[in-house]
Amino acid sequence: MDSSPVVSAGDAFGAYASVPPFWRRVATKMLGGPMISLGILGGLVFVAVFADFLAPYPYNGTSRYTPEVGELRNKYLPPMWQARGKPQFILGTDQQGRDILTRLIYGSRISLKVAVAAVLVSGVIGTALGILSGYIGGWVDMVVMRLTDSWLALPPVTFAILLAAVVKPNEWNIVVILGVVYWTRYARVLRGEVLSLKERDYVRLAIVAGCSRLRIMWTHIMPNIANSAVVLATLQLGVVVIAEATLSFLGVGVPSPQPAWGVMLNDGRAGLMTGSWWLSVFPGLCIVLVVLAASALGDWFRVWSDPQLRQL
Amino acid sequence: MAQPLLEVKQLQTYFFSAQGTRVVKAVDGVSFTLNEGETLGVVGESGSGKTVTSMSLLRLLPPAARIVGGEIWFQGENLVTKSEREMRQLRGSQLTMILQDPMMSLNPLFTIGEQIAEPLRIHRHMRGARLRERIKELLRGVRIPSPEVRLREYPHQMSGGMRQRIVGAIGISCEPKLLIADEPTTSLDVTIQAQYLNLLKDIQQRSRLAMIFITHNIGIVAKMCDNVGVMYAGKLVERAPVRTIFNQPAHPYTEALLHAVPKLTDRSKRLWSIEGQPPDLTNPPTGCPFNPRCPQAEDRCRREVPPEFQVGENHYTRCWLWEGR
Repeated sequence: MDSSPVVSAGDAFGAYASVPPFWRRVATKMLGGPMISLGILGGLVFVAVFADFLAPYPYNGTSRYTPEVGELRNKYLPPMWQARGKPQFILGTDQQGRDILTRLIYGSRISLKVAVAAVLVSGVIGTALGILSGYIGGWVDMVVMRLTDSWLALPPVTFAILLAAVVKPNEWNIVVILGVVYWTRYARVLRGEVLSLKERDYVRLAIVAGCSRLRIMWTHIMPNIANSAVVLATLQLGVVVIAEATLSFLGVGVPSPQPAWGVMLNDGRAGLMTGSWWLSVFPGLCIVLVVLAASALGDWFRVWSDPQLRQL
Repeated sequence: MAQPLLEVKQLQTYFFSAQGTRVVKAVDGVSFTLNEGETLGVVGESGSGKTVTSMSLLRLLPPAARIVGGEIWFQGENLVTKSEREMRQLRGSQLTMILQDPMMSLNPLFTIGEQIAEPLRIHRHMRGARLRERIKELLRGVRIPSPEVRLREYPHQMSGGMRQRIVGAIGISCEPKLLIADEPTTSLDVTIQAQYLNLLKDIQQRSRLAMIFITHNIGIVAKMCDNVGVMYAGKLVERAPVRTIFNQPAHPYTEALLHAVPKLTDRSKRLWSIEGQPPDLTNPPTGCPFNPRCPQAEDRCRREVPPEFQVGENHYTRCWLWEGR
């Protein structure tokens, strides 16, 4: 007697909330969420960290087929599933007989290191300048923003090549170069946020409480823009990966014997004309996958962290 | 009589346009004194310069504004000539402020305890257990139940009234001499308002705190203040003890303001209001700024700015009607 209304209410509720089949729920979750991106980027990190165990041939090892030197009699071997392919070279070899898969795996280390470090460098430069410019205002704001404008007017790749010509191109100089080229977005966006934050009453109350400007910027402004900074950094990750590959491709990035993906693309340029497609296609695919994953993750993160966009 | 805690003499704060061609006299020749433990109410319409006056006291003016004249004597020192570093030491320890909106006054990312601790760390160099004890004591002082739990919570977990009480606790944490409250109750509902005002009075009696209370609410003035200053167009048109203001207002503007307060016994359908608009401060009327709306305006009021005349004991007004009386 008593329980019947409860049961009917439950039935009504069940009827309204039609449960989609299991596979559809999983698919929606996978495609709508960050799972695929996180999977790809997680895979990249895993491969980079455990490269020594995963790569068929070791780096600087005793074997001939290291990513740095190969054996010329095995040059231009196609992937193993093709007619001339050999099973010990899964994705084939390049013009010097180096194993492509091994180079790709060690290349992931370079990409990851350079990308993360460059994002950090540009993020720190851009965030610091953005906060200073927004909070202090006046002539500081003027100088920083005009600097940002002129920076944006320079084509980034040309600018990076110029810088690379000035300093010797190596892994860590590339990090600095990319950091110096790509800080502008952080400065722009974060300055705007700081401008609105500094008018908040709690910042004014902090001034009334006798906080110094440095303290206010550090404890009251920075934590409040950290979210945007992280979103920007995630979106910037893909941009930086491409930039590093571009520089390496042009020969002003990571220097040649090192297996950076951009270097491999360039090495494969000649082979592409003669039908040795695997030289360029595999590193190209790697770049595409990582950049796509990073952008998708950044987009998802931006929406997820902003409650106003979350339902859209 | 002993030296007053705060003595403001002929304070002038002007806003300048970017080219310096246009000048807005937001505060123009304001003078008043405030003794320890007293409360001064500042009333006036929006844009009459109440907030700019209080911001001038703390020297927290926007970049376009400058104090161009006058003196602010606080505990025997002139605040107008102090350096920014010296001001910073005073703010939060001797001089504090409660802002209008409790929803916005607390940083959403830090716990309540963290935010009360900030001025104590800066000015009193308190750390560890002593700091925690002081925070709990302050929270108890503003009647926040179970302070041990509350100090670990974030602003969004509190109601508006609680947040404003916490802002109050931050304000009095370093035992200041002067508290400026800029419409502290406008965003609270009436019951909470009453509670909050009682609390402030209580704190004031305990610590002999002087307060400047900025409000448009005449009722609050009657309840809270010892003295009242009425501001109009950047000038303090009348200042007097609170009873005198209500019983014998001298300036026609004060009279009109009091008349505009609705009374429960009054059964007329429409609310009475002062004719006209407050003057545009970029282009103020010549003479007394109130003359276009003043029912008793004479020719002279349209030509000359009235100086301050003494009407009675501690009672001053800027109105030609009181000349030579």
